This record gives sequence, structure tokens and C-alpha cells, in this order.
Amino acid sequence: MKRLLFALPLLVALIIGGFAIWGLSGGRDPSALPSVLISQPVPQLDLGPIEGVDRPGLTTDVISKMEGIKLLNVFASWCAPCRAEHPNLTRLGQEEGLTLIGINYKDKPEAAAKWLDELGNPYAALGSDYAGRAGIDLGISGVPETFIIDAGGIIRHRFAGPVVGDGLRRFMEALDEVRK
Amino acid sequence: MIRAALLALALLANPAFAVEPDEVLSDPALEERARAISANVRCVVCQNEPIDSSNAGVARDLRVLIRERLVAGDTDQEIYDFLVLRYGDFVLFKPPFKPSTYALWLGPFAILFIGGLAVAISLSRRPRRPATKDTHLSADEETELAKLMEEDKSL
Repeated sequence: MKRLLFALPLLVALIIGGFAIWGLSGGRDPSALPSVLISQPVPQLDLGPIEGVDRPGLTTDVISKMEGIKLLNVFASWCAPCRAEHPNLTRLGQEEGLTLIGINYKDKPEAAAKWLDELGNPYAALGSDYAGRAGIDLGISGVPETFIIDAGGIIRHRFAGPVVGDGLRRFMEALDEVRK
Repeated sequence: MIRAALLALALLANPAFAVEPDEVLSDPALEERARAISANVRCVVCQNEPIDSSNAGVARDLRVLIRERLVAGDTDQEIYDFLVLRYGDFVLFKPPFKPSTYALWLGPFAILFIGGLAVAISLSRRPRRPATKDTHLSADEETELAKLMEEDKSL
């Protein structure tokens, strides 16, 4: 019994060490927030189109009529990482047969129109969220953020940050998970 | 002179408040409530700062939103519920007491209890006081010690 007691500090050290290794090991982002929207239907959205851009606005109704997996991308023309991820999202939409829909977050319509002219417009529907209220309804902390919405209109994954480099790899993993 | 000027400058300097003048409500009672709520809501960008003192864009949006809802007549609880629905319990600096947070709330007390128990057990096992008050060596012990010292010297 006494001897077992001596093993106790070792056991405690192993438990603490185990947590440390778990916390430090690959790919974990300690600042990542869990999203409450996962496994929930898309919240009620009613966003008008961006002025000067030839795409319908983004409403819950429009989203529910779309087939297959949708990527809901929240972006702004003033956001540099959005520019970086834009070609990746465009390519994903074409090669993987996904529908891209966008929310233009706190952006001037003319700036957004110019940005889309320059980089291309892969979005099937685009809502303008000048006040940032739709962003709050989606629980975003900044731009860019991309949500994966499954065929049934359920939000399956929230990806905060640009879909580039390692982010692209993690995004593809999440996408494969949704496709299963 | 310079010291006085420095002191005056130091006294003039106020901490920078994140809440901007255009956000402040004209009703002091509502503003008071808005400040109290914002002090308990975590900024999702900075994460260790309440939105009341954060300069992040989302924090400002949430402050404005809280004030709008207060003016519309929401109770404090309705506002907290609105935020938790979108950002989860994480936005509250004081998480609610429910099954998934039992470990968080009760863990420290459990650890304190285990520690207290260990201290109590180890104290109760220790003899209360020395067997005798006499701490001097006995005659036998003195001769034993002298012998040992002698041996040590001869080495």
C-alpha cells in the first residue's frame, strides 16, 4: 500500500504531461472557438444583392433551393487574406463541383464590385452585409470565414481564416468529412 | 518645473476607453446596464478582453447591438441568451452552471478537498509531541558518541 502511494506523484506527472503533449501536438489551434452553428440549419439570412454586381442576394430561401454542398464564404475587399484564398475557393468550386455563395462583410458596394471584377466572381449568390449583422448571426470573429453547408442545408463546418497553405489542407479534410 | 509639467501630464492622461462617444446612450440607467453586460462578454477576436474594453470591430458591433436591444426593451438575460445562441457559452466570462461545466466549477473544490484530506491524514499520523521533554543525551549515548568521534579521528 505504502509503495503504491509513492507511485502517486509519478501518476500525477504522467496525467499533466499527457495533457501538455495533447495540447501541444500537431494542428491544434488553442484560439479556435467552437461554433454553436455546427449541425444547425443556416440561420435566417436576408441580405440584398451587392449594388452593381450581377448576382442575386443571399437569403435562407435562396440557399435552401441550392443543391449539393455549398461553401458560404464571408469576405471583404479590404481583407488581404480574402484575396489570397480567392483563387483556391474558385478552383474548389470548379473542380469539386461545389456551389460558392458569399457574404460581403462591411464593404462598400463599389469596392466589392471592383474586387470581384478584378479577381473573378465564382459566387452563385452574394449578399451585402454592410452593417455586419449577418456576421454576428453567423458568429464570425473576422474575415475571411468559410462555412461548409451540406446538401440538406445544415452547417457542418466553420473555418476561420484563409483557405491557403496548411489551411487548405485542413479545409479539404473537413470537406471530405462532410462528403462521407 | 519640468517635474511639475510631467506630473501635470501624467494627471491629464486618462486610460483609453474603447467605448466611443457615439455609442453611449443618453439614458444613464440603460448605459449603466450596457456597460455591465459588455464587461461580462468576451471579445471573440482578442479572447481575453471583454468587449467593453476591446477595440476590435466585432466588439464594437456587439456593444452597439447590446445598446440597441436595451433600448428596444430587452432584459439582460435576453441579451445574454441572444449572444450565447450565436457565439456559445464561450462569450460569457462567467459560464453557466450545467452538466458540461460541472468540472470547471467543481474541479477546484474537488482538488482543494483532496489536498485538505492529504494534509489532514499526514498531520494525524505524525506524533503530537516528542516522547520525552529531555533532549539531552543519556550517559550511555555520551560514551557511544565519544567512541564514534574517536574512531573518526583515527581514520
